[in-house]
Amino acid sequence: MKILVFVTPKKNVLDPQGAAVGHALESLGFSGLKSVRVGKLIELEASVADTPEFRTRLDQMCRDLLSNPVIEDFRYEILPHA
Amino acid sequence: MQISVIQFPGSNCDQDAYHLFATGLRAPTKYVWHKEKSLGDADLVVVPGGFSYGDYLRCGAIARFSPVMGAVRDFAARGGLVLGICNGFQILCEAGLLPGALIRNACLEFRCVTCELAVQDSTPAFNRAALGNSIRLPIAHGEGNYRIDEAGLARLVGNRQILVRYASNPNGSLDAIAGVRNEQGNVFGLMPHPDRAFERFHPSRDGIAFARSVLAARFPELVRGGARQSA
Repeated sequence: MKILVFVTPKKNVLDPQGAAVGHALESLGFSGLKSVRVGKLIELEASVADTPEFRTRLDQMCRDLLSNPVIEDFRYEILPHA
Repeated sequence: MQISVIQFPGSNCDQDAYHLFATGLRAPTKYVWHKEKSLGDADLVVVPGGFSYGDYLRCGAIARFSPVMGAVRDFAARGGLVLGICNGFQILCEAGLLPGALIRNACLEFRCVTCELAVQDSTPAFNRAALGNSIRLPIAHGEGNYRIDEAGLARLVGNRQILVRYASNPNGSLDAIAGVRNEQGNVFGLMPHPDRAFERFHPSRDGIAFARSVLAARFPELVRGGARQSA
């Protein structure tokens, strides 16, 4: 199965990259954007079953390495047949 | 006194840090490769600047899992002195040895400039009496924008954990924070480079006094003669 991990800057944390991309989009003529935030997409492929234990391990991976809880939030999607 | 400078793949200020202590302070100094599981004898462990592991994922995120970092963690837990400079500061934050995190500079530019830093009264050895009201140290980073939540900032201020603040904020750091220590007072980290401020040809020689004030947490005699004098 495939796991998509989305890591995004926390809502109250300044996102200079997002702000710069927002300005660039404005200068391209895309007005009316309220905000732009830049995060990461991390794709994992696993050959194990989607069990509660695996979910616990996945949460741990996201907390301990894939995201930094001081500045980032994470969520993931599991695509069983991808 | 034994100083140990950690070397990660991608460290590029390991030699600068080595010479700050070996030449600037004339202290016995050695390198420790990141694969070592033990630090051996050490009174101060320096985590130097650079781009450890290419700064992949986040600055310092991968270095934190190096074998040597287990030893650094144990050493710090026993009260050992640890100093993280630039990428070393980022690594110590990622490892949870220091509070907060460093993100992209608000200006989005890599900033390479000598900064005036307002010295804060933090410890019996790290304060304005020992260092003067301000010191000048160079910065060279793209991700030195210090972040911490409100409660964390209140703790830093309440415990006097802030070491230095930028006189003119170059990177958007919260509360102009340039360097902090842990609550116990044995782990120090900062984005500016004391290791690039000790030679006659450097823009400043304040790195020596800075390093002495860190070492003085264990060797108080080092600041007795006046930390501002160079070795």
